[in-house]
Amino acid sequence: MAAITLKGLKKSYGQAHVIKGVDIDIEDGEFVVFVGPSGCGKSTLLRMIAGLEDISDGTLTIGGKVMNDLPPKDRGVAMVFQSYAIFPHMTVRENVAFGLTISGASKEEKETKVAEAARILQMEHLMDRRPSQLSGGQRQRVAIGRAIVRKPQVFLFDEPLSNLDAALRMDMRMEIGKLHKALGATMVYVTHDQVEAMTLADKIVVLKDGLVQQIGSPMELYHHPANAFVAGFLGSPGMNFLEVDVKEVNGDRATVSNAALDPVTLTARHPGIKAGGKARLGLRPQYLSPDADAGAGVLHGKIALTERLGSETIVEAVTTDGKPLIVALARDAVFEIGTPISLRFDPETAHLFAL
Amino acid sequence: MATISADSRGLRLAVRYTVLGIIAIIFVFPLVFMLVSSLKPDAQLLADTASLRAFLPVGDISFDNYTAAFKRAPVGLFIMNSVIVTGITVVLSLLVCSMAAFAFVFVNWKGRELVLTIILATLIVPFETIAIPLLLISSKLPWIGLDGLKWGWLNSYHVQIVPFMADGLTIYLFVQYFKDLPGELIEAARVEGATWGQIYRRIVMPLAGPVLATAAILKFLAMYNQYLWPLMVVQEEGYRPVMVGLQYFFQLNRAWGEIMAYLSLITIPVLAFYLYLQKAFIASIASTGVKG
Repeated sequence: MAAITLKGLKKSYGQAHVIKGVDIDIEDGEFVVFVGPSGCGKSTLLRMIAGLEDISDGTLTIGGKVMNDLPPKDRGVAMVFQSYAIFPHMTVRENVAFGLTISGASKEEKETKVAEAARILQMEHLMDRRPSQLSGGQRQRVAIGRAIVRKPQVFLFDEPLSNLDAALRMDMRMEIGKLHKALGATMVYVTHDQVEAMTLADKIVVLKDGLVQQIGSPMELYHHPANAFVAGFLGSPGMNFLEVDVKEVNGDRATVSNAALDPVTLTARHPGIKAGGKARLGLRPQYLSPDADAGAGVLHGKIALTERLGSETIVEAVTTDGKPLIVALARDAVFEIGTPISLRFDPETAHLFAL
Repeated sequence: MATISADSRGLRLAVRYTVLGIIAIIFVFPLVFMLVSSLKPDAQLLADTASLRAFLPVGDISFDNYTAAFKRAPVGLFIMNSVIVTGITVVLSLLVCSMAAFAFVFVNWKGRELVLTIILATLIVPFETIAIPLLLISSKLPWIGLDGLKWGWLNSYHVQIVPFMADGLTIYLFVQYFKDLPGELIEAARVEGATWGQIYRRIVMPLAGPVLATAAILKFLAMYNQYLWPLMVVQEEGYRPVMVGLQYFFQLNRAWGEIMAYLSLITIPVLAFYLYLQKAFIASIASTGVKG
C-alpha cells in the first residue's frame, strides 16, 4: 500500500515561508495533480515528498511510514523531471537500467525488466542510442522508463510535459494516463497546465502561495470552486469576473446587477455576500450565449473580436460598462465587430464570490 | 550578393589564418630553435644565432650533444623521477580535488561555504611564503614505507607529491564545472537510489571529461616545472626531478648545445602529454554537447 499523507507540512528558507502548512491525503493508486501558478510551491511540495527538500515542519508518511528524515532512495519513489534528467553519457538501455544497476540486480533481472519497460513505452528500437540522438518526446519516454522499471509504489512527475510541443504533449498526456491505469501505482503530478490537471487527475490539489486552495475531483473543482482563485484557474478560456451590486439577499439566493447586467437572482454558495454590498460574479465563457433561450441572466455589450477555430468560436465582447468578457461558443459563428450583443446565461451556472 | 558574401567570408578566413599563423610561428620558433640548436656544436650554434640559420638544421649536424648530456647528468633518472612525481600527483590531485569539489557542490553540510571560501583564499598565498614552514613540517613528519617507520620526509618521492595533492585552484576548477552540471541529474540519481559514492563515480566523473583534462594539464605543467621545492627537500640524486637537474649544465664549463639537448629531452614528455589531453579535451566537449 502506498497511500501518502501530508500533515501540516511546512517549508521555509530562512525567513521565506514557501509551504505554509499543507494537509493532503492521497490514497493508494490515486492520480493526484498539484496545480497552481508559478511560485505557488507545488514543485517544492513534490520535492519534499521525494526527499530532495528537507521538511521544515509537519509529517510526511508514505504507506503508513513516516518519511520526514529518510533519504530519497529509502522512500520507494520514482521521479520524472521537467528536464528529463537522463544521463547523457549512458545509452537508453543503461539509463533505464540505472536504478537496477546500482541496487545490484542480476543481469537477467535487468534484461527482463528493461525489456518490459521498453515494450510498455514502445521504445525497443531506441535502446542502444544515446540521449543526444533522441527527440524531446523520446527522452521523456526514457525518463518514464527509468521510473517504471523499478516498480516503485509512488511516481512523482514534475511538469514532465512542459518542454514538449503541443501535439506531443497531448500524446504523452494520454500515455501517462494509460500508464497509470496499467500500473495502478500512486502518482503525484505537478503542472501549471490546467488541461493536464483536468484530464489526468483523480484528484486535483490547487495551490497558491504555499497554501491549499481546494482539493477535489476535476469536475467538483470545475463546477463548485471553493473560491474565485480556483474558479479562475481551472477552465479554458478562464472564467469571466464582473463586479456586481448585491441588491437583495434572501437565504442562499441573491439578486445582483450592474450597469451591463440586468437584475438576476442566483444561488449564493459562498459566504460574505451582503445586500447593498459588492460581489464578484464569475461566468464561464462556455455558459454565455447570444441565443435568446440561453437563460435568465442577461448581459449587454458589443463585439470586440472573434476567433473562429472551426468547431468553436471565441468571442471577445466588451460590456456596456467597458469590461472585457470572453464567450466560447461550441459552433462556428460569424459576428461583425462593433455590433451590440446581449449575452445570456443560466443563473445556476454562475458563481458569486465575496469581494 | 552571394558572391560578395562569399568573398568577405574568404577574406575573413584569410585574415584569421594569417593571425593564427603568426601566433603559431611566435610560439613554435623557440621550440624549433631549441631542437635545431641541440644538434649543433657550440661554436656553430653561437655563430648561427645572428642569422635565420639559427632555425635551420644546417651545417655540422649530429647527436653528439645528446650523448654528452647523458654523460654529464643521469638524464634518464631525472626524467623518470619527474614522470613518477608528476604522474602520481596529477592522478591523486584529480581524485582528491574532484571529491572535495563534489562535497562542496552537491552535498549539503553546515559550514561548506566557509570552508570553500578559506580554500579559495589560499589561491592568493604565494608558495614562497609557505615554503620554509612546509619544509620544517615535512622534515619532521613520520612515514611508513617499505622499510618501516621513518621520521622526516626529506629525500623521497612522497615529499614531492603529498603537499601538492590538493590545491585551491584545482578544487576551484572542479567546483565551477560541477556547478554547471544540471542539478536534476544528481537528484534523479538520488531518487533512483544511488549513494553519494555512486553518484560521484557513475554520474559526475563520467561527465567531467573537460575539467579533468584542463585540471590535469595545469597540474602536470605546475608539477613538471617544480624547481624551488625539490631543490629544498631533495639532496640525493636518486629523487631529483628534471628542473633541478638543469643545474648540472650550468656548472663549470657551460655547453649550450648540451643544454639545448637536455631541454629538448625534458620538453618532449610535456608536449606529448599536452597533445594527448588536448585531443581528449576536444572529444569530451563534443560528447557532452547534449541539449537539456
